[in-house]
Amino acid sequence: MTSMYPLVKNETLKILKKKRFLVIVLVLAILIPVFTYAQMTSSKEAAKQFGTKDWRVVVQQQIYDYTNRLGSARVPEEWKRWLSVQVQQLQFYLDHDVDPRAPSGVTFVRFFLSETVTLFIPLLVLAIASDIVSGERSGGTIKMLLTRPVARWRILMSKLITLALFVSLIIATTILLAYLISGIVFGYGGWDLPVFAGFQVQGTEVDTSHVHAVDQWLYILMQGGLAWLSAMTIACLALMVSVLVRSTAASIVTMMAAIISGLILVNMAQSWHSAKYLFMINLDLPSYLSGQLPPIPGMSLPFSIAVLAAWAAASLVVSFTVFTKQDIMS
Amino acid sequence: MNMETVLSVRHLKKKIGRKWIIEDVSFDIGSGEIFGFLGPNGSGKTTTIRMLVDLIRPTEGQITICGKDINKDRNEALQYVGSIVENPEMYPYMTGWDNLAHFARMIPGISDQRIHEVIAIVGMQNRIHDKVKKYSLGMRQRLGIAQALLGSPKLLILDEPTNGLDPQGIKELREFIRTLADQGLSLFISSHLLSEIQMMCDRVAIISHGKVIAVGGVDELLQQTRGSVLFFVDQLDLPLKIFAEEGMKVKILQEEELYDRSVTDGMRVIEAIIEPEQAAACNRKLIEAGIEVFAVEHRKPTLEQLFLGLTGGGSID
Repeated sequence: MTSMYPLVKNETLKILKKKRFLVIVLVLAILIPVFTYAQMTSSKEAAKQFGTKDWRVVVQQQIYDYTNRLGSARVPEEWKRWLSVQVQQLQFYLDHDVDPRAPSGVTFVRFFLSETVTLFIPLLVLAIASDIVSGERSGGTIKMLLTRPVARWRILMSKLITLALFVSLIIATTILLAYLISGIVFGYGGWDLPVFAGFQVQGTEVDTSHVHAVDQWLYILMQGGLAWLSAMTIACLALMVSVLVRSTAASIVTMMAAIISGLILVNMAQSWHSAKYLFMINLDLPSYLSGQLPPIPGMSLPFSIAVLAAWAAASLVVSFTVFTKQDIMS
Repeated sequence: MNMETVLSVRHLKKKIGRKWIIEDVSFDIGSGEIFGFLGPNGSGKTTTIRMLVDLIRPTEGQITICGKDINKDRNEALQYVGSIVENPEMYPYMTGWDNLAHFARMIPGISDQRIHEVIAIVGMQNRIHDKVKKYSLGMRQRLGIAQALLGSPKLLILDEPTNGLDPQGIKELREFIRTLADQGLSLFISSHLLSEIQMMCDRVAIISHGKVIAVGGVDELLQQTRGSVLFFVDQLDLPLKIFAEEGMKVKILQEEELYDRSVTDGMRVIEAIIEPEQAAACNRKLIEAGIEVFAVEHRKPTLEQLFLGLTGGGSID
């Protein structure tokens, strides 16, 4: 019986030789400077607007601004709820004398991770996962792969393990590149900046009783872990689609449509409560850390993790059942 | 036959949807034997091959390779098999060597030494470190064979191996296959060309509409089949009447069915399924009836006639 190691080595080599990972690194290397520049100009703009570099004044201004809007009758109800949560959080930072946006490479990583987890990182995962089985089918190599003295489930398992490796690698590379590139502008410090985690949103009230300060490096580690969970769910779903669909293009389009529909639904589904069981609504796990208002009331971090785990498990069951049973026709 | 049976197929059946694609396929292959699997396109050759290597699960029937049932001891059974199913598709973005190393990792106990050996067997030392996408079809075939030989199999399955090869390549392949068989390897070769099977194989199974209609030695089967005689004449009605009176099976051939011969306007060709010895008598009858006969030609048995002989008429498609 062949052990798993040579099979995983095979799959890893194939992905590397296809230069897929290189493409991912290049995309990141182009995109991160763009975001860095955007971040830089927006903080310069803020400094100019408030006429000071003192962050306290800026935050104070922002709270004032939000509170004004809260009083306005023309602001929609959902928007008010979001504003109210923001105000309470900013006040908390101000009270504890911590700058929530102290510019540094590490802060940028935190910002970048939370912005990319719902669309961009899934896209990078799809670049690797979408053709992991369908590519073998359209290339005809599946016949070579499945006529070896290796059980079919082991072959799919090796592909799954390889996906897990690359999901980890993608998130690690994202963090590393975001830090290295943005650090050129914002500096490389900020690892031990305190960040508040554990905000709990109850209706429009922010419950701060569980809030505790964590060092920013730990916060990023937690973010990365949560991003890994949602990226891994995407990988499992993409694996299933890749098993079921024969063309790689169809496989990518199916997954992209699901993920993008999630982004649209987040803004629309406030009152459609059962939408919270869809995986694409639950992808933004890191937002629970910073205490953002969940897209649908009643969602929480354990809830979202459970929903994602259920989707991932179901897609693995389907993948393995179909892959081990299906007839490979021409 | 008292040699060891390498592959045994018993009453293989496959149903897809409501249709029986394979209705009844049975045959045995002994060690060192070159076994041909002959049938027109769409007769179920590839489906059968896919069942032999567990790409498709049979609905009924049994496949045993070196005593191991493919459905029960799949991995043990497949250890004895090397195969190319349809085209030898490899990973185009990897080199020939990387492809071989990839497949070697999927078989226990294959060393780099063995990879070097199979490369030498197919004579690819010079190009093995080029990417597969730069290979010609002939090179891909060779790499495919190298890949199939990696695990030192007892049975080599090749599906239409001469497809896309030039005459020189076909000749080399034929010699190569003979060399492998002389070393004790059994070969299973599918083809839709009778001439190919005739030149390469010791024994043959003939499949039509998902059923094996004959199994036996190639020469043995060909002896059962009569050839035919072509009459090149100036008209159709009268000769057809004469042939009908004699009770002979005939067919009117169109120009494209003549392969290497061309006919001038007004010349018609009738194929009569008769022994060559009867040709002279036939010819006399035609001439006596005042029919112009331009040529009389003996045709060797073709796959089509083999089918006609075996199925007692009826078409092969």
